[in-house]
Amino acid sequence: MIEVKNLTKMFNDFVAVDSISFDVKKGEIFGLLGPNGAGKSTTIRMLCTLSRPTKGTATIGGYDIVKNDTEVRKLVGIVSEKMIMYNRLTARENLFFFGNLFSIPKNVLNKRIDDLLELVQLTKWKNSQVGTFSSGMRQRMNVIRALLNMPQVLFLDEPTLGLDPQSTVEIREFIKKINRENETTILITTHMMGEADLLCDSIGIIDHGKIVALDTSTNLKRMISGANTTILKLEIANLTPDLIATIRALKCVETVSQENSTHLKIHAHGDDAFDTIIDAIRAKKTKIDSIENLQPTLEDVFLHITGHEVRDAANQKMPLSNHRHFAPQARVR
Amino acid sequence: MGAKSLLSHSFRIAWKDLLELFRNRLGLIMLVLMPIFMMAMVGFIYPSNNSISNVPIALANQDLGFGNSTVASQTFITILQQINNSTGMMTLSNASSLDEIRSLVQKGEVDGGIVIPSNFTSSIMSGEQGTVIIVTDQSNPQTSATIQVVLNGVFDQMGTMLAQQKVQSLNPAINASTALAIVKPYDIKTEGAVSGHSGYFDFIAPGIMAMTVMMSVMTGLPAAISQEKEVGTLDGMMVAPINRLSIILGKTLAQTARGLLQGVLILALSVILFGVSIQGNILLVFGLLLLGVFSFVGLGVVITSFAKDQETAMMLMMTLMFPMMFLSGVFFPIQQMPWYMQAVSKFLPLTYASTALRKVMVLGAGIPEIATELTVLIVFGVIMTAIAVPVFRRAMTR
Repeated sequence: MIEVKNLTKMFNDFVAVDSISFDVKKGEIFGLLGPNGAGKSTTIRMLCTLSRPTKGTATIGGYDIVKNDTEVRKLVGIVSEKMIMYNRLTARENLFFFGNLFSIPKNVLNKRIDDLLELVQLTKWKNSQVGTFSSGMRQRMNVIRALLNMPQVLFLDEPTLGLDPQSTVEIREFIKKINRENETTILITTHMMGEADLLCDSIGIIDHGKIVALDTSTNLKRMISGANTTILKLEIANLTPDLIATIRALKCVETVSQENSTHLKIHAHGDDAFDTIIDAIRAKKTKIDSIENLQPTLEDVFLHITGHEVRDAANQKMPLSNHRHFAPQARVR
Repeated sequence: MGAKSLLSHSFRIAWKDLLELFRNRLGLIMLVLMPIFMMAMVGFIYPSNNSISNVPIALANQDLGFGNSTVASQTFITILQQINNSTGMMTLSNASSLDEIRSLVQKGEVDGGIVIPSNFTSSIMSGEQGTVIIVTDQSNPQTSATIQVVLNGVFDQMGTMLAQQKVQSLNPAINASTALAIVKPYDIKTEGAVSGHSGYFDFIAPGIMAMTVMMSVMTGLPAAISQEKEVGTLDGMMVAPINRLSIILGKTLAQTARGLLQGVLILALSVILFGVSIQGNILLVFGLLLLGVFSFVGLGVVITSFAKDQETAMMLMMTLMFPMMFLSGVFFPIQQMPWYMQAVSKFLPLTYASTALRKVMVLGAGIPEIATELTVLIVFGVIMTAIAVPVFRRAMTR
C-alpha cells in the first residue's frame, strides 16, 4: 500500500530525512519509532503530499506522491500533531466543512458525521464550539476528521501526545478498531516505545533521519535475545559502590545502572552471563533480595541499535523548518 | 476537478471564514468601528474654509478725516461689516492704536487687527491711494491669510464702487451696470463640472473607501492564511483533494466581503454625516471597488507566500501600506507632490482606484471617462495574479 524508496528531505543543508525506504502492506499498522527531531513528522508530511521530497520517490496505493498528488490525497487521512480544527466552529460544522472539501454527497456526509461522532462519544457535543473542548475530546475530533473520507491509508503523527492515560488508551483502542474493521492501513509515528509495541505490526526505528532497524516488534526484540543479551534487575539491601565496581568489572557485563539505593539494572551478554553475575555477588557474601530476568523491550532495542537512549535530539540538531515552530511542550513519557 | 468544484470549494472556504469572523464578537465590533473612526478622523481634523468663523479681530480707526468728513473710512467699515455679516468670519472689536492691537495679539485676545491711519480719508480725497494696515499673527499663518483675503475683497468692492460713482458723476447718462462694466470689464464666475458644492470631504471620501476596502483585503489575506498555517489548520485543507487555487479564492472572497462591508459603511457614513453625494452610478462604484480588490489580491498572496508566520506577514504589510496611504492621493492631491513622489504614486494601484472612484462619485463619470484607470487596474491585477499563483503553489509544498 505504501512504498517508500530512498525518500530524502533537506532543509537547506540539514538532512531531515536521509534516504529512507520501507514498504507497508495493506491493512498493516506500521510504526515509525524515534526520538523527537528524528524525521518522523517530515516523513509523514511528505507522504501526505504536504511537503515535497528533495530526492527519492514514494507511492501510495500505486500513486506517486508528487506526480499524482491529487489521487494520493483522496486515499489518505492525516492526524497531525497540531489540531486541524477551527475553534470557533462547532464539532459538526468543522466536520461538515472538511467533508465538503472531499466532495462527499451531502446525505452521505451527514450520516457519516453522525456515525463518527457517535463512535467517539461526542454526539452530545456536536453543536458546541470546538474551542470549548478538553484536549482528549479535541484529539478524538482530530482523529475522526481524518476518517471523513474513509481513507485507505491513515497517517497518525504522535496521536497520543500530551493526553492523559485514559484518553491515550481510548485513542489506541480506536486506532486498532479502525484498522480491524475497515482494513485501513495505518502509519503511526511515536517516540513512545510502549505504544509502538502495543499497536504496530512492524516497526521502523528512525534516528537522525535514517531508518536503523526495520522489522516486527518480536523480531526486533529477538535481535537482542539472539545476541545473548541478559537483562537483570536485582534488589540488594546493602548495595555498596565496591559491589557495583566488581560487577562492572566482569567481562560479560555491558552496562550497570543503579536505579535507586537498592536496585540495579544490568545488561550483559554471553551464555553464562546470568551465573557469572550471581556468582560474583555471592562471592562477596551479599544477600540478593529479589531477582528479575527481564524480557528485552523496544527501549532496549533502541539502545542496542543506536548506542544512545531515546531522548530529545531536537535541541541539538533540528533547525527551524518552514512548517514547524517549536513551542515548549510537555511530553509525556 | 472542473471549474465548478473549484468554485464550490472556494465558497465553502469563504463561508467557513465568514462564519469564524461572525463568531468573533470583538473582531466584528472592531470591524465596524474602524471605518467610523477613520471617517471621524479625516472628516473633522482637516481644516476647511468654512471652518474659520468668528475670528476675533481688533479694528483701530485713527482717521482724522478731510475737513469734517471721514467718508472713506466710514464706507470701508460699512462694507467690511456687510461682508462679515454674510460670512460670519470675524468678530470685530475696537482698539485705539497699532500698539494696542500688537499687545492684544501677543496676549492672544485677538488673532489680528486692522488699522485705518489718520490720513486715510484725506489721502483719498486729495487723489492719492488710501492705505490700510493689517496686523497679522505670524504664529497663525492660516488666519492671517484668511484675513488678507477678506480685506482684499473689501477693498476690491470699495474701489469698484468709488470708480463706479466717479464714472456716473462724469456722465450722468450712464446707468449703474454700464458704469460697473466700464470700471471692471472682467468678472470671474466659478462653476464646478457638476452642479452643487464640493468640499474637501467629497475629495477624500472616495479615496478612503478605496483604501479601506483594498487594504482590508491586502492585510486580511496574509493574516488569515499565515494564521491558519501557524495553527496547522491549513494542512487540513492542503491534504484534501482540492485545487489549491480554491484556498486563495475562498480566502479572497471572504476578505472581499469583509472589505466591502466596511466600504458600504463608509459610504453610508459619508452620505449621512458629511453630506457627500454620489453623482455617478452606484453599481460602478462597487464594480470599481471589486476591481481594486482584484488588483491587490496578487500582492497579498505573494506576501503570504514569503512570510513564514503571521507576525512577519503583518510587518511586511505595514511597510507597504503606509507609503501607499500617503502617496496614492487619498489624502493629498497627487499634483501637489514633487515629481519624484508623483512618479512613485504612478506605480500604486490604489492611486488609480481612488482617482477613478473620485471621478465617478464626485464628477459623475461613466466607464468611458475612467477607461485609463480601469485598464491600469486590470493589467496590474492580471500581472500580480500571474506572479502570485505559481509562487503560492510552490510555497505551500515546501
